[in-house]
Amino acid sequence: MTRILLVRGMLAGFVAGLLVFALARWIGEPQVERAVAFETSMARAKGEAPEPEIVSRKMQSSLGLLTATVVDGTAIGGIFALVFAFAYGRLPVRSPRALSAVLAVLGFVAIAAVPAVKYPANPPSVGNPETIGVRTGAFFLLIGVSVAAAILATQVERSLHARLGAWNASLLAVMLFVVVTASVSHFLPEFDEVPAGFPITLMWKFRVAALEMQILMWGTLGFFFGWLADRELKARRLHG
Amino acid sequence: MAQPVAGILTPQPVSMPAIPVREILPWAIFGGLLMLIALYFIGAEQGATALIQGHAVHEFVHDGRHLLGFPCH
Repeated sequence: MTRILLVRGMLAGFVAGLLVFALARWIGEPQVERAVAFETSMARAKGEAPEPEIVSRKMQSSLGLLTATVVDGTAIGGIFALVFAFAYGRLPVRSPRALSAVLAVLGFVAIAAVPAVKYPANPPSVGNPETIGVRTGAFFLLIGVSVAAAILATQVERSLHARLGAWNASLLAVMLFVVVTASVSHFLPEFDEVPAGFPITLMWKFRVAALEMQILMWGTLGFFFGWLADRELKARRLHG
Repeated sequence: MAQPVAGILTPQPVSMPAIPVREILPWAIFGGLLMLIALYFIGAEQGATALIQGHAVHEFVHDGRHLLGFPCH
């Protein structure tokens, strides 16, 4: 059963990656293009020689982008399916489709939204190359903390469910999650590396595009994988 | 009396068996590791750390890395 779910998860993630690619081409690439133009003009103003182009812009915005979104989707889809395989029958959500949707919401909040509030997606020309090590470390640490907090909150909800009822137990779990992730975010280092004169509307549009891509990714995963898993699990139930 | 009626009206079995951990574990270890390595190459290779020399991997997935929210450069 795990193998079947894993393959379905990777398939759902692959499809999600294709959709995210289409959305990124549509709403993301125009912003990347403008940011690259800003970066180039800034380098020229400083009198720096243009960086040698290892991969052409055309390749970066087509095949490179497609590779990134599809591999990202497939990998997240696979991990999502493994989490689903463990959660199914262990969490009180009975319907596979509902469980998939719930896990997708949790995944979106813990892996995409919470880290993005502290370390939002940055367009080209934002970010000091010298801090890439600390920024990468802090980013993945925050994802780790956020996932751990989500698991802890789920456990707390389960243990308080009978005593306090679904509403109050869930409310407490959400509060615990918010307090833990907000405090850890607060104490993680801050990076203010936006160059002077970078258009603020461009920054807004870029970050909204990045957020919409995450919503599409997790939304597709939650609904499409739920449908696939439901079919598989129903077939098993009927035929033995 | 309410209990048996509800049982008849509910078409699906009340409890579903969870998949045993010992069945999930090998898939979780090998599959999970593979997925994380794939994510590393898309999101972080030739950024803070590099397994392959140069900038080709970083430059190839450059746009995706920015738009997917990974720290890029």
